[in-house]
Amino acid sequence: MLELTINGEKRSVDASPDTPLLWALRDVLGLTGTKFGCGIAQCGACTVHVDGKAVRSCVLPIGAVGERAVTTIEAIDGTSAGRKIQKAWLDLEVIQCGYCQSGQIMSATALLAATPSPSDADIDAAMSGNICRCGTYVRIREAIKQAAKAG
Amino acid sequence: MTEATSRRTFLQVTLASGAALLVGFHVPLAGAAPSKGGGAGAARFAPNGFIRIDREGAVTLIMPQVEMGQGVYTSIAMILAEELDAAWDRVRLEAAPPDQALYANPIFGIQVTGNSNSIRAFWTPLREAAASARAMLVQAAAQRWQVSPATCVTQQSEVRHPPSGRTLAYGALIAEATRMAPPKDPQLKSPQDFRLIGKPIKRLDTPEKVNGKAQFSIDVVPPGVKFATLAACPVFGGRLVKVGDQAARQVPGVRDVLSFDDFVAVVADTTWAAKQGIAALDITWDDAGNGVVDTATVSKQLRAASLRTGVTAQAVGDVDKALGTGERFDATYEVPLLAHAAMEPLSCTAHVTTDSCEIWVGSQVLGVAQEAAVKTTGLPAQKILFHNLYIGGGFGRRLDVDYVIKALRIAQRVSGPVKVTWTREEDMQHDVYRPTYVSRVAASLVDHRIVGWNYRVAGSSVIARFLPVAFKNGVDVDAVDCAVDLPYDIPNLRVEYVREEPLSVPTGFWRGVGPNNNVFVVESCIDELAARTGRDPYEFRHALLAGTPRLQAALELAAEKGDWGKSLPPRVGRGIAVQTAFKSYIATVTEVEVDEYGLVRVRRVVCAVDAGTAVNPDTIVAQIQGGMIFGLTAALYGRVTVQNGRVQQSNFNDYRIMRMNEAPQIEVHVIRNGEAPGGIGEAGTTAAAPALSNAVFAATGVRVRTLPIDPKLLAKRPTA
Amino acid sequence: MKAQQGISAVAALIGVIVIGAVAIVLWYAMSPGPMAFVTAPRVKLSEYAGAPTGVPADLPGRDDPLVRGRYLTQAADCEACHTTPGGKPFAGGRAFATPFGTLYSPNITSDPETGIGHWTDAQFIKAVHKGVRPDGARLYPAFPYASYTYLTDDDVLAIKQYLASLPAVRQNAPANDLAFPFDQRWLMALWSAFFNPDQRFRATPAHSPEWNRGAYLVEGLGHCGECHTPRNLLQALDNRQKFAGAVADGWRAYNITPDKSTGVGAWSDVDLASYLAAGHAKERGAAAGPMREAVEFGLRHLTPSDIGAMVTYLRSVPPLSSSNLPSRLAGPAPAAYDGGNAAHVDARGRMIFESACVSCHAWTGEGTATSYATLTGSRAVNDPSGRNVVQVILSGVPPLRGQPDVFMPSFGHAYTDAEIAAVANYVTARFGAEASTLSANQVARLRNGG
Ligand code: FES
Ligand code: FES
Repeated sequence: MLELTINGEKRSVDASPDTPLLWALRDVLGLTGTKFGCGIAQCGACTVHVDGKAVRSCVLPIGAVGERAVTTIEAIDGTSAGRKIQKAWLDLEVIQCGYCQSGQIMSATALLAATPSPSDADIDAAMSGNICRCGTYVRIREAIKQAAKAG
Repeated sequence: MTEATSRRTFLQVTLASGAALLVGFHVPLAGAAPSKGGGAGAARFAPNGFIRIDREGAVTLIMPQVEMGQGVYTSIAMILAEELDAAWDRVRLEAAPPDQALYANPIFGIQVTGNSNSIRAFWTPLREAAASARAMLVQAAAQRWQVSPATCVTQQSEVRHPPSGRTLAYGALIAEATRMAPPKDPQLKSPQDFRLIGKPIKRLDTPEKVNGKAQFSIDVVPPGVKFATLAACPVFGGRLVKVGDQAARQVPGVRDVLSFDDFVAVVADTTWAAKQGIAALDITWDDAGNGVVDTATVSKQLRAASLRTGVTAQAVGDVDKALGTGERFDATYEVPLLAHAAMEPLSCTAHVTTDSCEIWVGSQVLGVAQEAAVKTTGLPAQKILFHNLYIGGGFGRRLDVDYVIKALRIAQRVSGPVKVTWTREEDMQHDVYRPTYVSRVAASLVDHRIVGWNYRVAGSSVIARFLPVAFKNGVDVDAVDCAVDLPYDIPNLRVEYVREEPLSVPTGFWRGVGPNNNVFVVESCIDELAARTGRDPYEFRHALLAGTPRLQAALELAAEKGDWGKSLPPRVGRGIAVQTAFKSYIATVTEVEVDEYGLVRVRRVVCAVDAGTAVNPDTIVAQIQGGMIFGLTAALYGRVTVQNGRVQQSNFNDYRIMRMNEAPQIEVHVIRNGEAPGGIGEAGTTAAAPALSNAVFAATGVRVRTLPIDPKLLAKRPTA
Repeated sequence: MKAQQGISAVAALIGVIVIGAVAIVLWYAMSPGPMAFVTAPRVKLSEYAGAPTGVPADLPGRDDPLVRGRYLTQAADCEACHTTPGGKPFAGGRAFATPFGTLYSPNITSDPETGIGHWTDAQFIKAVHKGVRPDGARLYPAFPYASYTYLTDDDVLAIKQYLASLPAVRQNAPANDLAFPFDQRWLMALWSAFFNPDQRFRATPAHSPEWNRGAYLVEGLGHCGECHTPRNLLQALDNRQKFAGAVADGWRAYNITPDKSTGVGAWSDVDLASYLAAGHAKERGAAAGPMREAVEFGLRHLTPSDIGAMVTYLRSVPPLSSSNLPSRLAGPAPAAYDGGNAAHVDARGRMIFESACVSCHAWTGEGTATSYATLTGSRAVNDPSGRNVVQVILSGVPPLRGQPDVFMPSFGHAYTDAEIAAVANYVTARFGAEASTLSANQVARLRNGG
């Protein structure tokens, strides 16, 4: 039994310490907003924040999380960067199937929190690990810029 | 032959489909149980399968097509709400249950979402259904007020009588409306009265997709659910001989190991534990003799087949004679197997008991899924409850129901519900692949005009497997779609199809279907012929498109917006291509840069799109943008290879997908007119490869006839 | 006169050539043995009180001969070479690219026809010690009999007994594909005469029992020098450069002498032990390629006492410096993607890194999730040849059995030679002390077997 801090709450997780955070969130805690896409840190669908940094939860064993605070898509509206990103996403109608978008929004929020007015290169550096099979990249880029302007 | 039974009959889909005996899947909310339509209790007005209005006036729209990112829920709701004059901000959506009678796609005849035809197929039926419902409500109000229906108007889910200033909400009229006879010939709005259609309305499904609340089929967690994953024989068609499961059963969290004749599943407390369990299995397979298949033999097989005369799909004039005149041109093109690799790996949750079955799934073919469930469980259809959920990218993969059947077979041996999630590796290695096609073109030129054109495509027939009744006279209408009925003015033309099934490799529909191959080949050829004649590719096309003015107009617009003809630095080039796929008229100008190693960077893409009446123009733009990325990914990187009977790719590390830092600027210019709506979900994908490879030619002088583009051929300095 | 002068000139030339050739052969032939650096006297095992051979005292179940046999088979890392990837264990057929052509390992399961089922004990011992098959044919020294020759008869037979207990697999290895004259097996007799000491292990009483056990493991069973010691032109180990690093199977086997800057002298005992036993040490990187296999099939099965013994022994060999490795390791890169050393390197390298690599390795190189992904401090990124960085990108790092969560996917299928060169150059520039300058051609050669 491990204790994790998720979205500001202490949660006990009954799973072996090598279980990736992704599966603890989805299958043990029922937080299914964080998605499984590849399991090998190649797609970004599983992105969460650990102490504010975007991390691929599919390769982060819960045993390695420790005291660090985990934030998932379900609570990203608790941050101002998160709210701005969500709004820009809807305003520019970024989303298609939506499956990758939890991860996109988590990566974009971490970017915006650290770099309030990101350049194209900043966006490339922060977002290229997130695959969108529906191909929403053009709008993601625009939406990040719009969210930054809203800042 | 009418449109409905012509070659387009079955093919135009690709995206349509599926609803299901759906419970509780509602966007944005809607709490009621599903309607079977038609029925008219006192509590609701449900004049047909698409509309339900309750006493409180809540309007629920039932979605006959599934949402997989193409925005169809919003577009369909817009059409219904438009003709119904429902208050847009209060409509609720509900996915349709499996019911082939009520929800069959009018073009296919079965309940299917596919071939980019949702709007094309449902445009008129939905308008009529909603207009009829509105007429019944008006009639009910008019009767109550004792006025002529002609003096009543509707707006915002209300009937109004302007002369007297009276107003009745739809909810107040449901009892009477239910008793009204539906009008024989419901009157449709004229386009200038549209309040919703044609506006860039915000999508209804997206608010719950920015906060993790939207439920995809992989997300359902019924109480007591167990988690499973599976491994099928890596060699196609292989069978299980035996499985050593001692180590797997010792993995913490593993509950059971289940063997089937063609796969093994591990059931556990988490998907992770199940995956660990699979990794710990010691499985012996019998490869059923398919362990010898590889990409090179498949290619050889197809190339040999392409030398045979095929079945004629279209013939105009005297091709053989025409090919004997003028300057002759011959070329062979080849496209590879492709995996769908939707972001959401396949998954399906099921709970099977001796006398009931509940299924949570995202399917493009709910009716087919229901039939499969009946067959697999032996239960009657009414005992099988379907929840059709959002699809995290379909692209044609979920037109097959193999993953539903496997989940049911597992569920039959698990007590309580079980969620079966495929690993990405399993998803990629047990796909139904876009067929590899080899196409041969022979053409002849006289005075810079194409006088003869023989087009032969050889490849697997997806139609023959998927919808055998549609495979007629040896022609796969999908495999020749966009090869027949060319927009160009060519006096002598023949199109042939050679069916050749590559040993053991299962094939399926893939976003853009047959037109992907045919538009690539045709537009490459046209470019090559333009080069032969020394003409500008734009001019050459323009002259041949006199008979297709909508396409000609798109071509002009794309050329203008895409800076056609403006000068470019060395190793940078523009390519142009046109298409009529899915009944949308599209021209594309693509600009690329090719570095000294032959690596291609796409700088900019400009599309001019005439999709007729635009229900939601922003959705058209989004679909073209996204479809373009999907197609560019395939043209640059997409290739599934087979060795020893197994697919070599496994995940995104070896099946490469275009990413943010490679994505070009994509400009979409929508041409508005009142023509019937065209399909757009796949058209962008079809548009990608031809304009791209023509641009590569412009930049390097190297003609690409095999996809994906091989950078080695484009390198300035050959790289060993 | 003229003719005579000519003849004597030729004779002189021949003389010089002969003398030169003899000198070279002598230089090679007098090449020191692997333990020549040990100055203290060595004695036969029968004259030594300790027990450096066999299995360690802390091996559970050591009374069972099959447990002993399995342990020794693992310590000798037999399975790695005698199994094809994904194939049946010990059934052979694995290809080895050599400068002279391709060799395939034989089937050593107990199948009587295609394996070694009918071999007698004496025949098996002869093969392992002398490189001679029962039919008298010579084995190629890709089979490390010049190392295995140190093993005791008992240990060799324990291995044989263990192999005999496993399922027989009927499977012929493909025929070797070697160019003339290397396809002439008899030539290997000459090679053996020069380069196989054909001597059992001898102990050095002046050193500790632990050291002696380590020597037996490192020089005999583990045959570490076969990869880590450079070879001469005749493919024999050049022990003048003992453990100074070499290229094996397309990968660079690094300097494992105690040299502080380019060897493992700066590694703590814990680091070394962890690297050997788990294929990974914090801040030192993870074992990949052939070393990964050595860990998978061999080292991770060894007991802590044996791992400790190996460390003790490795610490005692003479330190040698590798002039082609930088003398210091780079520290972490900056957290910002646009800081650090790699700014000048091909932009494509960065594009690929930010797409496919940064999610695990982080812009700092210190790893995002687990230390297994740490690049900082690893020898591979601090090697300006970039060879192992390229290899690991091409083929990945497979998970160890039972630890499926620790691995790196392979990218060779999806990226071109030019792209892999670019990302390797970027990675060595950003995280290493000195950037590599690989070309697409060099990557193509590595892709095709080195
Ligand atoms: S699921 Fe974690 S990166 Fe793809
Ligand atoms: S929106 Fe579908 S994968 Fe990104």
